[in-house]
Amino acid sequence: MLRFVVRRLLQMVGVLLVLSLLVFVWLRSLPGGPVSALLGERQTEARREALERALGLDQPLPVQYVRFMQRAFQGDFGVSTQVLPGEDALDIFLSRLPATLELSFFALVIAIALGIPLGYLAARRKGTALDTTSVIFSLVGVAVPVFFTAFLLKYFFAVEWNLLPVSGRQSIGLDATRVTGLFVLDGILTREWDAAWDALKHLVLPSLALATIPFAVVFRITRASVLDVLDEDYVRTAEAKGLTAKVIRGRHVLRNAMLPVVTTVGLQVGALLSGAVLTETVFSWRGVGQALAEGFLQKDYPVLQVLIMAAAAIYVLVNLLVDITYALIDPRIRTR
Amino acid sequence: MSTQPIQPAVRHGEPLLAVRDLRVTFGRRGEEPFRAVDGVSFDVRPGQTVGLVGESGCGKSVTSLAIMGLLPTRGNTVEGTAVFDGEDLLSLSAQQMRDRRGADIAMIFQDPLSSLNPVIQIGRQVTEVMERHQGLSRKEAMPKAAELLERVGIPDPRARLANYPHQLSGGMRQRALIAMALACQPRLLIADEPTTALDVTIQAQILALLKDLVVETGTAMVMITHDLGVVAGLCDEVNVLYGGKIVERGTRHGLFARPRHPYTVGLLDSIPRLDAPRGEALSPIPGSVADNLPWDSACAFAPRCSNALDVCVEKTPAWEGDDVVGLRCFNPMGVSR
Repeated sequence: MLRFVVRRLLQMVGVLLVLSLLVFVWLRSLPGGPVSALLGERQTEARREALERALGLDQPLPVQYVRFMQRAFQGDFGVSTQVLPGEDALDIFLSRLPATLELSFFALVIAIALGIPLGYLAARRKGTALDTTSVIFSLVGVAVPVFFTAFLLKYFFAVEWNLLPVSGRQSIGLDATRVTGLFVLDGILTREWDAAWDALKHLVLPSLALATIPFAVVFRITRASVLDVLDEDYVRTAEAKGLTAKVIRGRHVLRNAMLPVVTTVGLQVGALLSGAVLTETVFSWRGVGQALAEGFLQKDYPVLQVLIMAAAAIYVLVNLLVDITYALIDPRIRTR
Repeated sequence: MSTQPIQPAVRHGEPLLAVRDLRVTFGRRGEEPFRAVDGVSFDVRPGQTVGLVGESGCGKSVTSLAIMGLLPTRGNTVEGTAVFDGEDLLSLSAQQMRDRRGADIAMIFQDPLSSLNPVIQIGRQVTEVMERHQGLSRKEAMPKAAELLERVGIPDPRARLANYPHQLSGGMRQRALIAMALACQPRLLIADEPTTALDVTIQAQILALLKDLVVETGTAMVMITHDLGVVAGLCDEVNVLYGGKIVERGTRHGLFARPRHPYTVGLLDSIPRLDAPRGEALSPIPGSVADNLPWDSACAFAPRCSNALDVCVEKTPAWEGDDVVGLRCFNPMGVSR
């Protein structure tokens, strides 16, 4: 197991190295760039060159890349040029991460808590109204764009019925103590219950909006996987042993059916943590996704590089966790 | 090695299982209902091994699944009775049937790899039956599981308990499945093609094991197979199924010495024999089950039969015989006309 983890971590370094090169070249081949974005209409040839020199952009690409990597290995990913000029790019990522973590966590909890039981029930009652309704519902979940769902939720629950806050992570003027940057957890840790409750209310709509796609995916995979497993010979063996329905469900059906679901959830976690650009933008959620959107709009190379690389690193790490979980559930992988 | 002899709850001679007029119909929406088992009746007496023989699709597996209550309920109808120890299994509730399965009646399946749960240790898969039916805790059941594995000939049983199915060989897996089936000392064991997925040498070992076990414990067994070699080695009594009906029944010796139904003869002729002259071709039964006629107005086997008469495609042949010997044929072999 340890060898497996170490090998995967080494692979991850390789993936990140290759990716860093791709991101670097890709960003610089986009039209525009930080210089024209910074200078705007005050652009002259002389100012351009001066700024390019100051930012190191006058050097050939390979030289720029080597410099970038040298600094990156020392933990220096450069300084933001636009999003928060002068701020360390890595710090920007780290300060935004808790917001995204909190949002993703709640979205994922919703997706799993609804997706797995519903998927199981739909499979057990295949062809019934419950099954058909959930399948259609999940199709809609995948098909409707997130920003549309987000606007709908916001319009009805926040604007029309005034049940929940419109945007942000906590009400302004609430003097909450910060511990982890996860506002609900902070409120609980400091026993500032009103702060926790307020943060939770702010979380409901964005996490619902963000949960639609992961829910639909988890639901569909669970349903398909349970249907497959129900047809397996070992389920018939379990029935032939006269085991109770509960034992057959838990030990024989669900445990095997969860294998593909674990993979899917892992992929969804990776996607969620790399920043929910649309949801965060609609709900003015100051997370990684929003920073990513700003970075792109303003061509902030250092910020974009950090965010994309971090997203990739998270993705690979989560996949490693998925593989470890998989090995824990499935002995056939462990012994290979 | 301790073996608990089973209590003879049934008077010797009385059938332990009496299947009467079993009919199984598969109905799918938008499709003609298909009768997979069409009025099958047979008895199994305590300690006896009864064979159900026939080619794929003859209804032998469906018969066993229907008796076990393991057929999917949707779209299928099961009629008739299967009286086990004075109780009709087919009219029991799902819950009552759950209490019988694994305890009084156990089943062994064809493909040992797919029939074992891949993510659960062998030991657990053995103990869960005892936990369910004998009220043992997992801890109490573990040593018994090791005993069972030893009894079915698995070397180093204590170490095997912690193994997963993929770590065992095919023969060992089938032995493990047999151990699970025998865990609660069932009075009836249904073996559905238990050797089909195994190598020939392993087949012989598994059959020898089953034979030893039924003799040792007095368990009655229904052996479902397409392989007449298995029947010859194991069964006291043989039922030959064709198209969902029993077409011939006999004792092992009687049936092999003097087969009367052309289908039985065909099955025997299609076995390769060592004493046949070299180069002589096997004589397979022509056609396939797809050629079957409906039993309602003919003998289903008539289109493939070498001995068919005109009457065979006009009327349903009636069952002539009793619960030991019998035949369903207008023109049996070996009867000169």
